[in-house]
Amino acid sequence: MATELRVLDDGAWISVDNQRRVPNSDIWPLAVTDFCGCETAHVVLEAFTDVGVDRDGVSVQAVGQCIDCGTEGALDWLAVGRVRDGAFHPYDPAELRPRLEPGNDIR
Amino acid sequence: MPTDVEQWKSELYGTDIREHIERFAETGWDSIPEDERDAWFERFKWYGLYHQRAGQESYFMMRIGPPNGVLEPGQFRTVAEIAKEYSTGPAANPEFGNGWLDVTTRQAIQLHWINIEDVPAIFDALEDAGLTTMQACGDSWRNIVGCPVAGKDEHEHVDALPTIHELNDRFKGNAEHANLPRKWKVSVTGCREGCGQGDINDLALEPATKTIDTDERSSSNNQNSPGSGDGEAREGFNVRVGGGLSRNEPRFARDIDVFVTPEQAADVAGGISALFREYGDREDRYNARIKFLVDEWGPEKLRDVLQDEFVDFELHTAGEDLRSEYSYNAGEAAGKHDHVGVHGQPDGNNYVGLNVLVGRIGADDALDIADAADEHGSGEVRLTQRQNIVLTDVPDENVDDLLAEPALEHYSPDPHPFMRGSIACTGTEFCSLSIVETKNRQVRYARWLKDNVELPAGVEDFHIHLSGCTASCAQPQIADISLRGMKTRKDGEPVEALDIGLGGGLGEEPQFASWVTERVPADEVPGAIRNLLANFEAQRADERQSFREFVAARDDDELAELVEPEETSYDDPFMHNTKRTWYPYADEDSLDDSPAPASPDGEPLSADD
Ligand code: HEM
Ligand code: SF4
Repeated sequence: MATELRVLDDGAWISVDNQRRVPNSDIWPLAVTDFCGCETAHVVLEAFTDVGVDRDGVSVQAVGQCIDCGTEGALDWLAVGRVRDGAFHPYDPAELRPRLEPGNDIR
Repeated sequence: MPTDVEQWKSELYGTDIREHIERFAETGWDSIPEDERDAWFERFKWYGLYHQRAGQESYFMMRIGPPNGVLEPGQFRTVAEIAKEYSTGPAANPEFGNGWLDVTTRQAIQLHWINIEDVPAIFDALEDAGLTTMQACGDSWRNIVGCPVAGKDEHEHVDALPTIHELNDRFKGNAEHANLPRKWKVSVTGCREGCGQGDINDLALEPATKTIDTDERSSSNNQNSPGSGDGEAREGFNVRVGGGLSRNEPRFARDIDVFVTPEQAADVAGGISALFREYGDREDRYNARIKFLVDEWGPEKLRDVLQDEFVDFELHTAGEDLRSEYSYNAGEAAGKHDHVGVHGQPDGNNYVGLNVLVGRIGADDALDIADAADEHGSGEVRLTQRQNIVLTDVPDENVDDLLAEPALEHYSPDPHPFMRGSIACTGTEFCSLSIVETKNRQVRYARWLKDNVELPAGVEDFHIHLSGCTASCAQPQIADISLRGMKTRKDGEPVEALDIGLGGGLGEEPQFASWVTERVPADEVPGAIRNLLANFEAQRADERQSFREFVAARDDDELAELVEPEETSYDDPFMHNTKRTWYPYADEDSLDDSPAPASPDGEPLSADD
């Protein structure tokens, strides 16, 4: 069965198959990004605006703010987890992302 | 493409949800099909049930919305009894214990830790008392707000309560208006002070007077007018549309140049709600509130479409309003800032406003207050948009006895300004969208400020509102000091932080706060407030200059200089990531230690996520 993904409660969380799997309000370190001028952007995700799946990777669009420099902005397709054998495995937000943009072929 | 939420709503919404709530209550939490939970929890909101945040599965927040915040004699007791019996959780809150009710900024009551299995019994108890949770959340007419002392105040232009009841009766449970693109918040006020806060609602009816010429009048409703001749001055309401605070996009409601008589109010309000139903954006929930439609169309087009498609009589142009008299939260020392204290009613009795710090009342305290209301007043209890309560109809000879009640030591009619001015939203304790802890923190802030900071001369009211995120449930943008949840780094570690805003308030010229100093570590906020107040005292033009005037006279950079965050003796126990706990105050607070989901007796059910 296809994985059901949705953004609910005004962007508070990502539902994966009717379970709350990715919450807002975590800080995601992003190493290679033009989100802001920081070497590593530490972006608190305030609200999700969209979610999509590309093969087995689940990515989100979100609005957030870098906790160090205060830059606010929208994140375009940040990978937050992957689906393997029908089960969702969230990434640990504290882990450094190698790169921000997984490409434009999502969805 | 319509959103999933719209899809679910189109399949089943409104009063049809009730039987399913009862069904699931009968068969238990586990019986809600796992692959339908998102849809059901979205629908449950329409009946005032909001699933609590991650880590608290199977527990619901329940909102009860009495129109205009008026709890008739006996109703407050019913809610207190329900809170005592059903609103207890698996861990106590260190400030408030276990079992309480929250008075909200839209004159409603919220209960937490409600199990679905208990909902039918609660609904029965509420209905026996004439109360309901219907449309307290969800995409429909929410609780109608207004002046909390409507019908009881000497400063009233018209008594708005009959109009509020008419709107409530017409639009609660009304299938035509049950499924709107988004929440629909309405304020109806008749008082001269502006305390209905219409400016921050989707639809506002505000007191006005209109001279209606006889021709116009007879053509609209076919009656003979008494004072014929040039025209007759009618009391009624001017209409504004498209206010709201959420999502970093605050708007004041805009004047659409329409006056309604009380008799027309429901037809026109229904017309605007129908316009929203038909033209609001159902593709994008972020763009759905009517404030965005007003942005797009402008007030003139909205009026034209309303006239052409949604009302079948000629709309009056706006009447003369009372906005120049608005004194509520207007930044002037003489203005009214809340309804706390003992005030005369036109009938010779008194109303007594009690301060409720951050809106939370312990269930036993609430029962004591219900007793006091019965014994010394009529038993009526009203809720205000400052999260306070008002006991009405207290005869002069009972006032002293009421003031001597032990409950009034804590729920004070004469509180310290820092206690009196505090408002806080739900925050990470229960709310999914939150970024930071709010209520307990604000309690600690208020206490510390009271003990450590002298208010400058002449400052008797000082509003500090704390919201845990940009949704702005605590209405931060209209406070003297606006606080909004964020995060920052301190000593290398991520910590909970607050943005500090200044310059907000209502009155004739309402203003939203400007966020002058962002990402202040939460433990440095009390120091920032102390230093700001000291700078105000040192630099104000004279003792008559109000804090709002002082702020208005400076630009953001100058103000930022005056904030000066600083560590003090204030200690903040919530600097860590409180959202990543199952309950921020539990001894074992990690998500893995969560007892949820659980049955009503607290027994954990096999958790599978
Ligand atoms: C999807 C998430 C939510 C959003 C976007 C949201 C947004 C808002 C907004 C914008 C307001 C009113 C401010 C105004 O008058 O303009 C409000 C009111 C309020 N919200 Fe929320 N809210 C959300 C969830 C919650 C939750 C989960 C709770 C509690 C568990 C909560 C508690 C409150 C309270 C106490 C009020 C004020 C009272 C009332 O509506 O009666 N909110 N909300
Ligand atoms: S302002 Fe944000 S954190 Fe506070 S109750 Fe509203 S949605 Fe939750």
